[in-house]
Amino acid sequence: MSVDTSKPDYNDEVVKLFTIATIFWGIVGFTVGVFIALQMAFPALNVGEYLTFGRLRPLHTSAVIFAFGGNALFATSYFSVQRTCRTRLWNDSLSKFTFWGYQFFIVLAAIGYVTGVTQAKEYAEPEWYADLWLTIVWVSYLVVFMMTLKNREEPHIYVGNWFFLAFIVTVAVLHLVQNVSIPVSLFGAKSYPLWGGVQAAMIQWWYGHNAVGFFLTAGFLGIMYYFVPKRANRPVYSYRLSILHFWSLIFMYIWAGPHHLHYTALPDWAQTLGATFSVMLWMPSWGGMINGIMTLSGAWHKLREDPVLQFMIVSLAFYGMSTFEGPLMAIKTVNALSHYTDWTIGHVHSGALGWVGFISFGALYHLVPILWKKEGLYSMRLVSIHLWIATIGIVLYIVAMWFGGITQGLMWRAYNEFGFLEYSFVESVQAMHIPYIVRALGGILFLSGALVMVYNLYRTITGSPAKVTASGNISGGETAHV
Amino acid sequence: MFKHHVKLEKNSVLLLVFTVIVISIGGIIEILPLFRMETTIEPVKGVRPYAPLELAGYNIYIREGCYNCHSQQIRPLRDEVERYGHYSLAAESMYDHPFQWGSKRTGPDLARVGGKYSDEWHVQHLRQPRSLVPESIMPNYEHLMNRGADIENIAEDMKVLRIIGVPYSDEMIANARLDAYAQAADESDQHEGLAARYPKASLRNFDGQNTTTEMDALVAYLQVLGTLAELKNYHPAPALIAAPASEEAAND
Repeated sequence: MSVDTSKPDYNDEVVKLFTIATIFWGIVGFTVGVFIALQMAFPALNVGEYLTFGRLRPLHTSAVIFAFGGNALFATSYFSVQRTCRTRLWNDSLSKFTFWGYQFFIVLAAIGYVTGVTQAKEYAEPEWYADLWLTIVWVSYLVVFMMTLKNREEPHIYVGNWFFLAFIVTVAVLHLVQNVSIPVSLFGAKSYPLWGGVQAAMIQWWYGHNAVGFFLTAGFLGIMYYFVPKRANRPVYSYRLSILHFWSLIFMYIWAGPHHLHYTALPDWAQTLGATFSVMLWMPSWGGMINGIMTLSGAWHKLREDPVLQFMIVSLAFYGMSTFEGPLMAIKTVNALSHYTDWTIGHVHSGALGWVGFISFGALYHLVPILWKKEGLYSMRLVSIHLWIATIGIVLYIVAMWFGGITQGLMWRAYNEFGFLEYSFVESVQAMHIPYIVRALGGILFLSGALVMVYNLYRTITGSPAKVTASGNISGGETAHV
Repeated sequence: MFKHHVKLEKNSVLLLVFTVIVISIGGIIEILPLFRMETTIEPVKGVRPYAPLELAGYNIYIREGCYNCHSQQIRPLRDEVERYGHYSLAAESMYDHPFQWGSKRTGPDLARVGGKYSDEWHVQHLRQPRSLVPESIMPNYEHLMNRGADIENIAEDMKVLRIIGVPYSDEMIANARLDAYAQAADESDQHEGLAARYPKASLRNFDGQNTTTEMDALVAYLQVLGTLAELKNYHPAPALIAAPASEEAAND
């Protein structure tokens, strides 16, 4: 019996669109980040009414999480679900709609932030009309993904797709519950959310922490589970570990939200539950890291030779570090010091820049030559330069925030010999000046690295195409890495 | 366990359903009881919905993204209670849709900023923070001085808030527009009714200008923050008495 080894006609056009959008929004998001970092060091940069820190900060967080991260997830999930199911992405029109619909949502949200249209809920700032639009786009995404899974030619659903599916459906649930609101007028932007006070706080951080847990973790683990084994040309380290850590991760993450509300007016029992599950979450998180890094067993030499694989492995190292730091900060006594300080900002960025950023860069470097049918990347040396500039940038960023954040926390609680508070609040602001400058430098380095990537990918796309061999196979690109 | 997992791996709908069940459990257990348990919000006297002008100010606070740098949630820790006042109670933010507890203190906590500074200080500080606090990194909010507060249709906002549980009375809604203008006036026939509807509301021209500006609204909001709850006669549940808050510090 002969096995049909020919590849189905994959829909890579929509993947290309999402790939370009990822690169574009990445640069936008990083640039806004650098700008608001500089605003904190040099407040004179808050010019006029529309470009104040208060309005640009949501622009930065949304641009990097939902625009850069979201487009990266669309691109990689659409790419890998076709390959792992050996079938074409379901319904070209609907998948194309998810692209333009999602970009429209991003623009709609961004215009709102700058003009002061916001729900003032972190990571859920867009107002009701943008939320409704996103709901339509997101349900379409779920339908495209599910139907592609249903049409698969492979008997099993690959582990990467479990993560993508959990990410898509959980984000839908979070989005719907978090954003229930009543508009004041159908012709106005303003609405009032159904949830208020302490319940709103709990729902906010149930949403907010699982934006981290599902958008920035489960989704990006989906990327990791396809691209790391593919790049290393090795099977996933442990199938059993994937099952164990998948179910425990998605079960436990949902509980962790209240660690954002330690010592607040949220009932104690909820805080304790949040802290407990946050600490337990350390294990399934490291399960993912171990499964990713150990996939290189027997192929460690590739790590020396391939800077793209280095990006992926360094990202897993950052993932491991920030998922250790997270449970630590969720312990109430540690949180008493760290909460409200810039330590939290540093923690977020070791995950966001290190894990989310680097795994995305790795995936982009892997994807672009395949999608545009090229021999390979324009320059591996530039990939290496990007890796080093960005890594130094992240280290500067997080060290500055550790130093600054812990300083803030200690200054706020410091007493003098007479039993009075030692410092006024503004002295703690002053103490942050140098850390804020170092942090901005770190951000500038990270952005510079990303610009090197843009140049490299641009030269790759516009470079000479891969040669078609006599047998009809395309050399280079995908086959070169298999 | 691993043997049976194959069933999920071969059936996408089953995988989807299982995933939804697994991710629902934690949220249901942590969130639903908060709506049912009387202990979630301990009753405290004095908390009322925002007066119309204060509500307009609250909306400006939201619009400008103040929550990105200021928290409104004092934790029951010795230094916080001494620095900011009595730790925050759930009841104090129960009419905030959405809550403004925040997550970061680039600037100080504002949960009890009401009454701590003069109107003149607030106006000057919002316009040019560094003219009063040279080390401050807060943006200038000069534009609040030149724009009329959005209060013509504030009654519509209050009607929506009433639908979602904020106890605005018919009388409050009927008087909303007049109340809003009157609160920023030094003298008004409306003041007596306004003070009865919204006890402890500050009734005066906040920014010294003739028109009711966004600055008036925002300062009216800031001046009411944390002043409503009657904490003098408030006795926390026994388990909380061990908390290091002292009455003296709380009333600073």
